[in-house]
Amino acid sequence: MRIQVDVNGESREADVEPRLLLVHFIRDTLGLTGTHWGCDTSNCGACTVHLDGEPVKSCTVLAVRANGHEVTTIEAVSSGADLSLLQKGFREEHGLQCGFCTPGMIMTATALLERTPRPSEDEIREAISGNLCRCTGYQYIIKSIEWAAKHNAPTRVEVMP
Amino acid sequence: MQVPAQFDYEVAASVEEAIELLQRHGPEARLLAGGHSLIPMMKLRLAFPEVLIDIHELDGELRYVREEDGVLRVGALARHRDLLESPQVRGHYTLLADAEKFIADPLVRNMGTVGGSFAHADPSEDLPAAFVALGAEVVVRGPGGERTIAVEDLALGPFETAIEPDEILTEARVPRAPQGSSYFKVERRAGDYASAALGVALWMNGEEIEDTRIGMCGVGSTTLRAREAEEALRGHSPDEELYKRAAERAAEECDPPDDVRGTPEYKRDLVRVLVVRAMEQAVGRARGAEDRTADGR
Amino acid sequence: MAVETRQGHTFGDRMPRKEDGRFIRGKGKYVDDVQLPGMLHSAILRSPFAHARINGIDVSAALEHPKVRAVITGKDLEEQGLAWMPTIAGDTQAVLATDKVRFQGQEVAFVVADDRYSAQDALELIEVDYEPLPVIVETPKALEPDAPVIRDDKAEQTNNVIFEWDHGDKEATERAFQEADVTVKQEMIYPRVHPAPMETCGAVADYDVGTEKMTIWMTSQAPHAHRTLAAIVTGLPEQQIRIISPDIGGGFGNKVPIYPGYVCVAVASLVLGRPVKWMESRAENLMSTSFARDYHMVGEIAANKDGNILGVRVDVLSDHGAFNAHAQPGDIWPMGFFAIFPSCYDAPAAYAEATGIYSNKAPGGIAYRCSFRVTEAIYLMERTMDVLADELCMDPVELRRKNLIPAEKQPYESVMGWTYDGGDYHAALDEALRIADYPALLEEQKEAREQGRIMGIGVSTFTEIVGAGPKKKCHIAGLEMFDSAELRFHPTGKAVLKIGVQSQGQGHETTFAQIVAGELGIPAEDVEVHHGDTDHTPYGLGTYGSRSTPVGGAATAVVSRKVREKAKKIAAHLLEAAEGDLEWENGGFQVKGSPSQRKEMAEIAFAAYTNTPPDEEAGLEGVAYYDPPEMTYPFGAYVCVVEIDKGTGQVEVKRFIAVDDCGVRINPMIVEGQIHGGLAQGIGTALMEVIQFDEEGNHLNSNFMDYLIPTSMEVPKRWETGETVTPSTHHPLGARGVAESPTVGSPAAVVNAVVDALSPYGVRHVDMPLTPSKIWKVLRENGVEPF
Repeated sequence: MRIQVDVNGESREADVEPRLLLVHFIRDTLGLTGTHWGCDTSNCGACTVHLDGEPVKSCTVLAVRANGHEVTTIEAVSSGADLSLLQKGFREEHGLQCGFCTPGMIMTATALLERTPRPSEDEIREAISGNLCRCTGYQYIIKSIEWAAKHNAPTRVEVMP
Repeated sequence: MQVPAQFDYEVAASVEEAIELLQRHGPEARLLAGGHSLIPMMKLRLAFPEVLIDIHELDGELRYVREEDGVLRVGALARHRDLLESPQVRGHYTLLADAEKFIADPLVRNMGTVGGSFAHADPSEDLPAAFVALGAEVVVRGPGGERTIAVEDLALGPFETAIEPDEILTEARVPRAPQGSSYFKVERRAGDYASAALGVALWMNGEEIEDTRIGMCGVGSTTLRAREAEEALRGHSPDEELYKRAAERAAEECDPPDDVRGTPEYKRDLVRVLVVRAMEQAVGRARGAEDRTADGR
Repeated sequence: MAVETRQGHTFGDRMPRKEDGRFIRGKGKYVDDVQLPGMLHSAILRSPFAHARINGIDVSAALEHPKVRAVITGKDLEEQGLAWMPTIAGDTQAVLATDKVRFQGQEVAFVVADDRYSAQDALELIEVDYEPLPVIVETPKALEPDAPVIRDDKAEQTNNVIFEWDHGDKEATERAFQEADVTVKQEMIYPRVHPAPMETCGAVADYDVGTEKMTIWMTSQAPHAHRTLAAIVTGLPEQQIRIISPDIGGGFGNKVPIYPGYVCVAVASLVLGRPVKWMESRAENLMSTSFARDYHMVGEIAANKDGNILGVRVDVLSDHGAFNAHAQPGDIWPMGFFAIFPSCYDAPAAYAEATGIYSNKAPGGIAYRCSFRVTEAIYLMERTMDVLADELCMDPVELRRKNLIPAEKQPYESVMGWTYDGGDYHAALDEALRIADYPALLEEQKEAREQGRIMGIGVSTFTEIVGAGPKKKCHIAGLEMFDSAELRFHPTGKAVLKIGVQSQGQGHETTFAQIVAGELGIPAEDVEVHHGDTDHTPYGLGTYGSRSTPVGGAATAVVSRKVREKAKKIAAHLLEAAEGDLEWENGGFQVKGSPSQRKEMAEIAFAAYTNTPPDEEAGLEGVAYYDPPEMTYPFGAYVCVVEIDKGTGQVEVKRFIAVDDCGVRINPMIVEGQIHGGLAQGIGTALMEVIQFDEEGNHLNSNFMDYLIPTSMEVPKRWETGETVTPSTHHPLGARGVAESPTVGSPAAVVNAVVDALSPYGVRHVDMPLTPSKIWKVLRENGVEPF
């Protein structure tokens, strides 16, 4: 099936099997390997991307479902040397170790701060509860998100289409 | 990563078209809404639909949460998040928001739909139990038109519903708002299915429980309604001893499976505990709501 | 020692990580990110039975699938002599089953196809004729006289015993028990758990027929050792094998062994002459590649009436699954470093005996964030100490204080033959109790109990044994357990450091640069660290058992000092002074008593290529292979506070206080991160993680819906960390390694807290995981009502 998806501001077209998962479309078809996968059952959140601006688990969305819609991945959270505040926060507050859950965490946190610029700690915990991390014990991830909220400014660098 | 087996794919542009497609493709076709129950099962190759009929383009028709003439109407494509964030739900149907906080995680709640959680008929699904407590019904539409099914009659068994293969669930309706409600769940970890969970809704007449309903999940082969427990509560003034008597009955009314979440004895005891806690909270909320109204005057 | 730098970060700083720049942009490169032209994909057919004879495999339908390129079975591998492979523990493991399958999920056939979807489809086209056999999943049943012999492929194997082992002074320990005023005995199970890193295991093998070179990108914690083993097993010349361990999405011991998938993918690439990728699913990860623990233990302590320990005795039944793929630092350690069990206590006598057995479960066990079974040993000791405290009606803190090895006895010679590398255990315990405000906690608990709430306080004090290891004690498949570092200065004063250890998230690119910075006075920002590529790094044994800092970090310090010696010669030449007149000060060499006459490292490095002394080679570089003289012994004191919901059995960790002494901290921020992560894993183990089987050997939780690991909601609001710093007596930087202490020390603290909470009801022990249903049962059995 021919699909057209707006990915990170660019129109991308491909012929795909209906069963192709969005995560594989992003990673294998488009080569955007910043989006990871870590489970089969939509528990881990490593595959989190934005679909029409909302964070979703791309391992549980068919690529054909995104036909005619907008997808944003970690690769578009910042451009060039610039970093979003969240990306900076994760670096400043040691919000990552192996880095595998990090893109998903950042996508989830980006959506959180867009809706709730000053979240409480409980709101952050709740927001990332569908993104598993095996390395950090979560505390420094929460601090990273708090860092970005504290340095309140746009959380996403606009990508020119 | 595990991937689904092959299937044919259709996109429905309207509810009518979805019904036509269901008719055309027969019982091996499945509707795809949020997909967050169906796609994992397909990836694990526990489900093999021949045709998926994607209804996500029907948001315009089926994604809404609104209160009209005292009736809460929730469109089948309302996302879990819509319910959680709806001011009407938070104001008058608190147990739905309570239940939603327990459902999977925020990302899944962005995609998962209310209709899907009814149609999937997982006996551990929270939302049907909460809607049973509200005395809700669902609207299904097929080639012959619309009909309604009480939520408590919807599931015929695990993953099996009274919805015909050529019908589509379009709406859940709550006929009247309770004065107080509450939903409690015991889970092994955030986002887990219920070891046991239940919701209660209360309609008070002064200090007396005029009517109440209790919906339970994870403790039987379908969503359950604790009728005996409700009967024990009706017409009485709320107090802890009353809750405990009702809780005993609810525990007897369920038939929990023995699984990794625990033994039937454990789950029965959880029902006993949760009925009391949910009643306490629901009654508290009913009284609190009255107080607030009084203050507001 | 650390020196100041004028710019940038150095040793001891909370330096943000150098590697983060790529990870936060999604530019990390993990194995599944490797995409090569013409690359094929694969999938493994796995056994649905835990124990069955294979009467035949029919792959013809799969081969007819238009996108399938090859189907490999055990028979095909047998022809190449590759159907079986050696394990680290000296056993053999089936790559693809030939005779029998011995656990559910065992590898039976390997399908290569154009894409991963077709590969998975083709699995369903393979028909295997299985004849089910009786199954052993309950460990003790392996020893029953009529138990089926699982390893009947081995002629000498007539039962399910792998080894029998003992260690310590049996007679002295028996005497201690005879003379004791008090003895306690506690049975306990350390359940089978899984490291479950977020990235599963996988590999891409690319055999280039033109150069005859095999390049394998692999989720490997030990690429050099894996290359050598691959060369030995396959017969390929070692220089023709290149293993690249790129960014690794967490290891925790899961990525130490060689798995059948790696072998199959290499064979497939050799046969097909194209790159082939294998990535396991989460289900495959949880079912087949590694498990940890599964120790069935009995701990005993003998003490006098004042609580002084006289002897410790242990009996262990160790379940290794279908093949003994046990991670162990040499054949004399079938129980790893379990013999550390007297731990931080001054025990005059100790003795352990153990039996290792086969069962119809996945092979292992690996050292999950653990230095070879120290985790089980410490759990056993800390639980048994609390049982003793209960028996003596003594505060567990007092009992520990009484028995902790006094600082003045360090370096301590333990009765089990270890030489500890310094430590003040009392100071660590005091610090933990200070942070916790222990007296206030006891008061709070008293009040809680009066209100009918169930609150518990748990303490654990422990020493680890990490940094394998000295060649006199340790090896992996014959390879001595040194590690290495190669340091080269560029003419502009920047440097590249190549190391033999391999990061899976620990931050080597930062901390190892900080070591060089500290030794040589250049900013850590100026040191690029390479690791994980066997063609471009010196030989090393890899990262596990907290060995990176103790061994690789030491090698880095040593090579930095070697380079500094050469730099001194160059500085002397530049300053026209005798070497003996120079001193190292503030990141440069200067003439003693004349600090204005000095040369910075940048100038010296430039001279190394432009103005070398007449009798010196050009260049400024060195290499060091470091054999640690002893293990290192990080230690800690942990306090956990829990509250139990008596209605539902749910346990909430209200507080967790962790004081760790890992010696000198190279980057305190990274150390804290490691501790947080390990604590979360420890809480997971204590409260929710366990691999379960039914009687037929069916794996009951092969996904993240059912194999539960903690989310942000189950960990306490704050990890309350503290530190004491006792430099290691022998490590060149005084450092010890830290990442495993929290997983070692925390499960016991949690369980001790839960048991403490339940102790008024007569409870003395509950086995992990402390799930709500299990705690509920304990509550009701002991008369605790919900209301």
